[in-house]
Parts: sequence; structure tokens; C-alpha cells
Amino acid sequence: MNLLTGNDLKTGDVIWWAGDKGWSLHVADAADAGDEGEAILAREEAARRVNASYIVAAEATGKGPMPLHIKERVRASGPTVRTDLAINTDIPIVNA
Amino acid sequence: MYKYDEYDQAMVDARVEEFRDQTRRRLAGELTEDQFKPLRLMNGLYLQLHAYMLRVAIPYGTLNSQQMNMLGHIARKYDRGYGHFTTRQNIQYNWIKLEDAPDILADLSTVEMHAIQTSGNCIRNISSDQFAGAAADEITDPRPWAELLRQWSSFHPEFSYLPRKFKIAVIASDEDRAAMRLHDIGIQLIHNDAGKLGAKFFVGGGMGRTPMIGPEIRDFVPADELIHYAEACLRVYNRYGRRDNKYKARIKILVHELGKDEYTRQVEEEFAHMKTLGLNPPVAELARITEFFPDPAYDTTANDELDLTDPDFRIWVEQNTHPHKQAGYAIANISLKPTGGIPGDASADQIDLMADLAKEYSFDELRVTHAQNIVLPHVKKSELYALWQKLDDAGLAPANLDLISDMIACPGLDYCSLANARSIPVAQKIGQRFSDIGRQKELGELKLKISGCINACGHHHAGHIGILGVDRKGVENYQLSLGGSGAEDVSLAKITGPGFDEDGIVDAVEKVTDVYLRDREGDERFVDTYRRIGMVPFKEALYD
Ligand code: SF4
Repeated sequence: MNLLTGNDLKTGDVIWWAGDKGWSLHVADAADAGDEGEAILAREEAARRVNASYIVAAEATGKGPMPLHIKERVRASGPTVRTDLAINTDIPIVNA
Repeated sequence: MYKYDEYDQAMVDARVEEFRDQTRRRLAGELTEDQFKPLRLMNGLYLQLHAYMLRVAIPYGTLNSQQMNMLGHIARKYDRGYGHFTTRQNIQYNWIKLEDAPDILADLSTVEMHAIQTSGNCIRNISSDQFAGAAADEITDPRPWAELLRQWSSFHPEFSYLPRKFKIAVIASDEDRAAMRLHDIGIQLIHNDAGKLGAKFFVGGGMGRTPMIGPEIRDFVPADELIHYAEACLRVYNRYGRRDNKYKARIKILVHELGKDEYTRQVEEEFAHMKTLGLNPPVAELARITEFFPDPAYDTTANDELDLTDPDFRIWVEQNTHPHKQAGYAIANISLKPTGGIPGDASADQIDLMADLAKEYSFDELRVTHAQNIVLPHVKKSELYALWQKLDDAGLAPANLDLISDMIACPGLDYCSLANARSIPVAQKIGQRFSDIGRQKELGELKLKISGCINACGHHHAGHIGILGVDRKGVENYQLSLGGSGAEDVSLAKITGPGFDEDGIVDAVEKVTDVYLRDREGDERFVDTYRRIGMVPFKEALYD
């Protein structure tokens, strides 16, 4: 599956495209953009609902959609060394 | 310390207002990200892994308590209560909101600070010896020279779009505490045989994917021609540096490809031409700047003896203080490397406390080191015990300076969008493995440096033990290297062989230290033993 991610323009927060629900801080809310990623991102960037956006390969898991690459997992989680500041501490960073 | 004049202040204030307008236009949709990105980068604002990151310049690592307090204020008001001191003597904030950035820059401007030229292909913050003005072994205070270079390089119209970023370090002692020869230009202030002050120039050093030690290109540039000579070095680079390939664009590649002799010939030719233009700053300007760096009003009757009956204090004094040029005083190093902590991180409260302690004990002065620690440069020996107790209460008294747990680690994949692997968890695990201070002292001086990618912000090439995080098919992997040094015995570390996983690299570090303990002779440091016995015994321990 393909997720869409980027940063909130004003706050810089990592955000995930959640289909009709707009953008979410939680990767668990992310929706599969299928082959529509580029078109959706062009629209959303133009409306300044996301900044520096791109498409991320992911898989469906028991915990919801999960990016395949470690970098995206860290983005979805927050810094692994400051779990007090993390947004989703239950994201497995190292892909088992 | 240098004080802004009206021009300095006006330039910084104008830049804040310009950036405020640029930010407003970006938020209103009048600028696209492609248009805005170079503008925010010129003001030190990156978009990192989790948020915007602001890098604030700390010129040659020197701060007063008011500025340090401002750094604490920014951490508390605009960030999440902490900042990260970097290997370039700067500070980074990891959780900045774009809408706050102009206000932060305005706050910084009130204490003569900014984030200009902390990004982009320009001359970055000038770095220097963290003990400048205090060290017993310096021939002069290098900071007036660093300040002169700062003024020359700030908004220099010819050098705002260099082929690549450009880093300059200035030192004034034979002991190199600033990794001077791993800079694009390294300047060592010296006296010549006639006793005249001038500088040795080393050009084309650097780390990154192609590490190089800067060769000496001039053994003596008279002090009053130093800016001319630097300008000539930059001009040749600006003209011929590779703009077609980002990975070959640093000056080290130009010097390497042309050869040191040909590069030097071109610089000398340019230098001869520059001298005809009369552009060197007048000697009076250096004299004006130098007046801002007087010695503090030392108590010349201060007692040079120390009561070391408290054993914990004694360990800290032995490890974390350095000889001062003034009898009765010491240079105190505050380690930001607690066991299991994040190298270089300090909370807003710790930042404020260090500011207060500088005011109380160190003539209002602090320094940031490239090893991500803080220095109080002028502490009366008779007050060291009181200082140490206050530091200890705040978790700021690890007695580990230059020991294995005093690691440099870049932010790595926990924060940095360029990273391949996490650096900080590896640093934490190594710190925990070697947490016993007796064991650390037994290992002696051991500089361990970790980078999360080939860009080498964690100086792994210059580590007695270096660790580089790489991405092996989506999995973090760590390459071990040995034998580097960023000091006066400068050398580049060599890779031991295949990499390790996160736990494996901690075991590997332990194994190489065991080889050292087994094979060392006399008072050899780890790196001395490595240089004497070579890589083979270490490889055998790691891979057989
Ligand atoms: S070395 Fe790489 S991972 Fe570390 S801070 Fe620099 S760019 Fe980021």
C-alpha cells in the first residue's frame, strides 16, 4: 500500500493523509492512496494542507498501516531516544 | 567578548524583519516551498525528520550568560525544553514551529545572536579553540582573529554562493582542540623566527564521504595579510570548485585534484593580485576588535592550591579541568555526556544553570566545544569545589572528559532526515557498557565518535574509535573504524571490516578496548597502541 506523508506547514509536525478525514498525526489513521498519490499530493500541497510531501511504501499490519522503511517508522513514532516526546511509542522501529 | 556595533545590530535586525515577511508570505501561500526553502535555510531553519530545526550560530563557541539564558528561554518557550549542542559549536532546536521562527530570531537579536549562515553554500560559523583566551599553551587569543574572519565572511557578496559549504577554524596553540586540519581552511596562529605574529594556513581538510587532512599551503602569512590570504584561497575555490557534482564540490576535492602545489601556486598568484587592491581590513580594525577581548580582572593573589580530600571531586578535577594561563585559576569542563544520556543535549533548566554559574564563577563567560560539551573558562581554583557541587546536583558533573563515554554523536536517525541509522542509542549503550568510571580511567583518553551517515557530522573519521551508521537493505548496520584523530596528531580512521548490528557494535567496541588493554605498553593511549601494533590484532579479536 502507498501512504502519503509530509509536514504541517505551520508547525512542522509529521502528518499522514487519512483520506476523507484529512491529515492525521497518527500513522494508524493513514489511508492507502493506491495509484492516486501524486494527484492527491499536488492538490493538498497547493491548498497548503501539507508541506514537503511524498509517497511512502507501507504494509497493512495488526497495528494498522506500517511504513516499510525504518526512517518512516521513526517519523511515525517520534525520536526513539525521547519516548516522552514520541507520538506513537508502540511502533516497531526495527522491521521484524 | 565582542559587542555588536550599530552596523552589526542593524544588519541582524534587518534580516529578522526580512525573514518575518518571507515567512508571512509562505504561510499566506504567496511563496511556494521551492521558493521559500533557500530563504529559510539562509536563516538556519531546516525541515528535519520530525519538525523544523533551527541551528543558531555561536561564533567561535563563545557566549556570555545573557546569551546562554536566551538559549534556555528559546528551548523553554518555543521548543520542547531542551537544545542540542553540535560538533560545530552551535546549538540546534528540534521542534520549532515555522510561525514562531521570526520571533525566535528577533529574541536572539536582542542578545546579539542569529542563525545566519548556519546553512547553505557559504562560509559557516568560524570555529576555534574552546579554551581560547584561557589556555596556558596559547601564543595569543585566537578569538579576535576569528571575529575578524566572522565579520569578513558575514554577507560576503562574493562568497554567498560557493560551490559548497565552507568551514574555517582558527587556533593559537600547538595542541589542536578544534580539529583544525579537518576544516576547509585551518589557520594556526604562530610566531615566526623573528617573533612576528602570523598564521600557518592548511587548506582542503574535511570529513564527509571523502575525508582529507588539510595540507599546509603556507607556513607564514603575516597577521595583517591574513584576510587577504583567506580571500585568495576562497577565490581560487570559487572559480574552480566543482559545481557540477555535489559530492565533488568541497574545496578538499579541488586541492586534491589540482594537487597541493598547483592549488598553492594559484592562491599565491591571486594573493599577489589581491595585495594590489588594498582590500585588507585596516590594522586599526583588528585593534578595535581585540579591545573586546581583554583578560578578565583576575585576582592575582588567588590561591593555586586545591583541597582534593573529597574523592569524587578529585576525580572530576583530574578529568574535567585544564590548566589556566593565570595562576590560581582553572578551566572547567562541563560534560554533557551523562551515562545513558544523549550527547550534547541540555535541558532549558541546565542551560540556565550553566549561565548562572558562568556569571558567578567564570567572569560571565561560557564556551561550547566541538565535542559537544560546555566550558567555564576562568574559574578560581578556590571556588571549584562549590562549582562542582552545584553541577553535580544538576547532573552536570560526569567526570569523563576525553574518556570513552565522552562520545561525540550526531543526531542520527532519531532526528536527522539524511541519516541512515541511529547514532544516539548506540552512544547510550556504549555509555552504559562502560559506565564504571574506574574502567574508563583505566582505558584513558579514548575518543569515540559516531555518525549516522556518511556526512560525518559525528566526526567518526577522527575517532580513535569511529562508528558509522549505514543502511544495509533497510536495516541499521554499524561500521567500526580505528586510529583516527582530530587533534595535533591528526589522522583518519580505517575501517576494521564488515559492520555490526546495534548490539554487535557495542560488543565490538569492548573487544577492541580489550586488545588495547592486553597489548598496550607503558602509558600508551588506545590510539598509540593501534598505531604501533596495527589493525591485525584488532581484526583477529573482532572477526576470528
Ligand atoms: S552525520 Fe548524517 S545523520 Fe548525522 S547529523 Fe550529519 S547528516 Fe545527519
